[in-house]
Amino acid sequence: MFKKILIANRGEIACRVAQTAKRLGIQTVGVYSEADKHAKHVQVMDEAYLIGPPQPQQSYLRAERIIEVAHKTKAQAVHPGYGFLSENAKFVDQLEKDNITFIGPPTKAIRSMGSKAESKNIMSKANVPIVPGYHGDNQDPDFLLAESKKIGFPVMVKASLGGGGKGMRIVLNEGEFKDQLDAAKREAMKGFNDDHCIIEKYIGKPRHIEVQVFGDKHGNYVYLNERDCSVQRRHQKVIEEAPSQISPQIRKSIGEAAVQAARAVGYFNAGTVEFIFDTETDQFYFMEMNTRLQVEHPVTEMVTGLDLVEWQLKIAGGFHLPIVEQSKIPLIGHALEARVYAEDPENGFLPGSGLIKILREPKRQEGKVRIDTGIREGDQISTFYDPMISKLIVWGETRQEAIDRLYQSLEDYKVIGLPTNIKFMKRVLLNSTFKTGVFDTSFIAQNEKELLGDRPLTDLEKNKQLASVALVNVWFENETNRFQRLSHVDPWKSYDNFRVNNVARRDLKLTEGEGKEHHLKIEYLTENKFNVLNDKDEYILKNAEVILNQEREEEILIRTDSEQFRVPYLRDNLGELKKKEILESELGEGDIAKADFVKSPMPGTVVKIYCKIGQEVKKNEPLISVESMKMEFLIKATHDVKVKEIRTQEAKFVQMGEQLIIFEKQEETK
Amino acid sequence: MPELDRSFMKVLGPECDTQSDFYKQNYEAMQKVNDELDTITKQMMHIDDKYKEIAKKRDKKQARERINAIIDHGSPFLELSQLAGYKQLGEDSIPSANVVTGIGMVNGRQCMIISNNHAFRAGTYFPLTVKKHIRAQEIAEENNLPCVYLVDSGGAYLPEQDDVFPDKNHFGRIFFNQARMSSKGIPQLAIVLGSCTAGGAYIPSMSDEVIMVHKKGTVFLGGPPLVQAATGEIVTDEDLGGATLHSEQSGVSDHIAYNEAHAFQLARSILSNIGTKSYYLDNSHNRIAPEEPLYSQDELNGIISVDHKRNISMKGVLGRVLDGSRFHEFKERYGSSLLTGFGHLYGHPVGIVANQGVLFSESAQKGAHFVQMCSQRKIPLLFLQNITGFMVGKKFESEGIAKHGAKMVSAVANANVPKITAVLGASYGAGNYGMCGRAYSPRFMYMLPSAKISVMGGQQASEVLSLVRFRGEKDQDKINKYKGEIQQQYDKQGSAYYSTGKLWDDGIVKAADLRRVLGMSLAASLNQKIEDTNAGVFRF
Repeated sequence: MFKKILIANRGEIACRVAQTAKRLGIQTVGVYSEADKHAKHVQVMDEAYLIGPPQPQQSYLRAERIIEVAHKTKAQAVHPGYGFLSENAKFVDQLEKDNITFIGPPTKAIRSMGSKAESKNIMSKANVPIVPGYHGDNQDPDFLLAESKKIGFPVMVKASLGGGGKGMRIVLNEGEFKDQLDAAKREAMKGFNDDHCIIEKYIGKPRHIEVQVFGDKHGNYVYLNERDCSVQRRHQKVIEEAPSQISPQIRKSIGEAAVQAARAVGYFNAGTVEFIFDTETDQFYFMEMNTRLQVEHPVTEMVTGLDLVEWQLKIAGGFHLPIVEQSKIPLIGHALEARVYAEDPENGFLPGSGLIKILREPKRQEGKVRIDTGIREGDQISTFYDPMISKLIVWGETRQEAIDRLYQSLEDYKVIGLPTNIKFMKRVLLNSTFKTGVFDTSFIAQNEKELLGDRPLTDLEKNKQLASVALVNVWFENETNRFQRLSHVDPWKSYDNFRVNNVARRDLKLTEGEGKEHHLKIEYLTENKFNVLNDKDEYILKNAEVILNQEREEEILIRTDSEQFRVPYLRDNLGELKKKEILESELGEGDIAKADFVKSPMPGTVVKIYCKIGQEVKKNEPLISVESMKMEFLIKATHDVKVKEIRTQEAKFVQMGEQLIIFEKQEETK
Repeated sequence: MPELDRSFMKVLGPECDTQSDFYKQNYEAMQKVNDELDTITKQMMHIDDKYKEIAKKRDKKQARERINAIIDHGSPFLELSQLAGYKQLGEDSIPSANVVTGIGMVNGRQCMIISNNHAFRAGTYFPLTVKKHIRAQEIAEENNLPCVYLVDSGGAYLPEQDDVFPDKNHFGRIFFNQARMSSKGIPQLAIVLGSCTAGGAYIPSMSDEVIMVHKKGTVFLGGPPLVQAATGEIVTDEDLGGATLHSEQSGVSDHIAYNEAHAFQLARSILSNIGTKSYYLDNSHNRIAPEEPLYSQDELNGIISVDHKRNISMKGVLGRVLDGSRFHEFKERYGSSLLTGFGHLYGHPVGIVANQGVLFSESAQKGAHFVQMCSQRKIPLLFLQNITGFMVGKKFESEGIAKHGAKMVSAVANANVPKITAVLGASYGAGNYGMCGRAYSPRFMYMLPSAKISVMGGQQASEVLSLVRFRGEKDQDKINKYKGEIQQQYDKQGSAYYSTGKLWDDGIVKAADLRRVLGMSLAASLNQKIEDTNAGVFRF
């Protein structure tokens, strides 16, 4: 077995690999970029080395630098995690040359599975069912149309090097074929510098089912059952589960097909064979094979009780598969994984970056609730990497039990400082279609409204919510003083708003989401008793007392004369109401003019500039778009402007906050 | 804080039976008195809804809202003479005498805040407004408190100019005080939130530092109409005396604020840069760790009798006011109609002088002795009044009660320690003097809503006057009618509302708030260095 390995990754997966290594007594070497200096993964390693600036191209993707570290530390093997260099055949070649073991499959397998067209050819030859289609080299539009007719519409045109939805077009009938083909080719050219396309049968109600396979260097193969990853949003998996809702017979045949696929390319180590599962016909087709450990591998670990990283290490070390006989692979209960992301579902799933001010994770339970994370309270979510905060994995005897446990765990999961998809995932779990287990990959798109929207609150609820937010904000303002209970010490330092024969009243303004304002009044009765009034001077809460909830630190209890209720509380985040402003300390804009320039919202590349110098742009018309983290940000004019100067150009890299477009100074408003 | 073994200091008993009929009846009566006070206070603080709308449109806060905005979050505000001006316009009132004054914490330091009530008659100065403004300045000067003027006033109330303008303690005194305080190093800060015309222009001009709110505040000696009449020049408010002009050209203002909120932020910033000139620390070396009283302060409502024919259990009061209910009594068995002794209020040592009946020769001598002792020791004095006067009669005159009383009055007059007076019951006659009435310059003086103040009680006055007037008169009905009238007049003029309406005190305080208000007042008074006391000539 290895004595020392290098983990060429960051975040949760680096931590997760290190954990198993440590358990097996293997020393770990970590690498990090400048952005990750203080990251958790650096601290869990036995030793760690800086490999470059934050940009992945200059750090985690720099093969030669990582290999250098491996040599320096005398690491015997490299675990690539997922992403970054995990499916980079050149990297694996170099490692082999340098006599360092790659903890993963052979280069040949990586190469052949890396190309969509080639992989399908191989699978077709190995009798693994593939989606009917044309994967050949002939790119003549008429020929491709003829092939499409053979397959039968609707068909899918795909860039053969494509992925992530780019360069993919659904063609419903013969008439629109050529236009769609052109579009797909254009996108493919732009995205992958190769416009080679393939044609496949389009499956209307597909499920994404993938099989975890393992092979050793001695020709043994097993499958560790399948995972269902149909809850996707634009090809990003949101919730994964194991096993899927298929019969044992189909499980057996899909598993064997996966093994067949692995064997066809002489595979060893961990791999995942992805299938499209046609819910209407129960047919499954090979889609692609991922030649690495997957993000969602923990759900397989939960239902099998196995440690896949341990398997990987053993196989890379030349050992036999820990379980060789397929029938001995366990399958117990049901597991679900929720990927907790720093993103804002209500705002087009815009990725968030910045400080995690507060992080309260649900309680981990051995074998039941597991959290894989590389993020701690106080960490920064950087724009350079995936904004994933953690993976929350639960196990239950039944699917329903697992759903309930996951819901409860998400309920206890509190992240402050950044928007997260926690609420969104909770709504997915509550969705009746999701509960039945019968759905396809269009689940999120079809239920988007329900999954994104909140049930509108009644006026009473809304008022109470507002009042609670106001109250809690006010209450915590003088928390320290209150706990010191200074009122009997110094009558001037009690901070209880004492008034002579009168109560102190204060106006509060709460801003909800984007700009909706609520005006409230607080009356201070005693140190810990308040009235809350609305702007019409009607009492919403009377004699309300704030009580810290000893049982649940993320909640506080509000008690009035007639009731008690709980309010979620974590410092500066109270449910939906993100920002409070106090009228008294609010600074008006006065005569300050509106901003006369546009700043880049993120570090990224300018995609398109929509305006010219001298042009008058109306409010809400587009000015410029910037691409960052695979997302395009369109910047619109916030008010009517006239462009004076453009300080950047298309395809240029810009820093966050950089001034991109300058407007003519606004005329003095009278 | 120095540690002090106070275990030897006697802890007072409850001194009242909360189950007794007297307690229960009195509690109920006091509740009614308090309710009446609440009603009157609400009336006095009421601001017309129409005006509120106007102010909202003009983006102006009300006087008290401005104070709330400038003091620290959660800070107490010791408002002074809230009910001044009560029924001073016939049956109508000048709300809080048209200026809100009081002490609040700004950046952790007690400041005197004086805020014009622009909601009533454009914040103009009535005679009582001037009196209240000057009283607030007096408190600030005596207690070394920085002054913040929230200026929004049309100047003198012209129909009553004769009672506003010319005399010693009229309008001019405001500026005199500003200059004198500034010379003593007491910071003077003005925020101009509205118009400051003519005399009013001197409030900012005489301040150490001035903030003006853009497009809201104006300062000029003569407004545009006056200018036009005088010189024919036509000019706008803003051009004549706006914030921009004064901040950029004339230099009358030092800071320009976008709006009120910004002005308060600037003010808070200024007040965090006034240095730490304060004698508070010098006085606090006497301070020990405070304790809460053992008994509920709510019980004061049952203890302090509403009916002044009944005595007030002063020990019962002290047990609910003093730290740890501890009281070290002085001369317990001598002149017992006057209770004297030491205790602590929020950790500060304090000497107590409280009435337990009419003043006799011995009690007056005891009082003089105790007051002089506290002056020597620089221990502040707290007077709890319930006094119908000095004892009269041949025996007492012959033993020289006049000179014994004079000793007490002289000791109180000359005592340079902070003196704070609370009228719990009656405050009649020379008793008022000996017990540090308004004329004896207590730093603060408060009344309970049930308290009475006059030269003598109504009943006694009617007896005396009818005896003088109707010597030999047989018609008892005529005498009774006259007596009734006198009694009515005394009752009206003797009421706490009448007193506070005319600014004879610094405000009405509820029994349950006594400890808090007295404690805040005492702490505020200790911002000033305590001077040595020289006694006058005592007659022996």
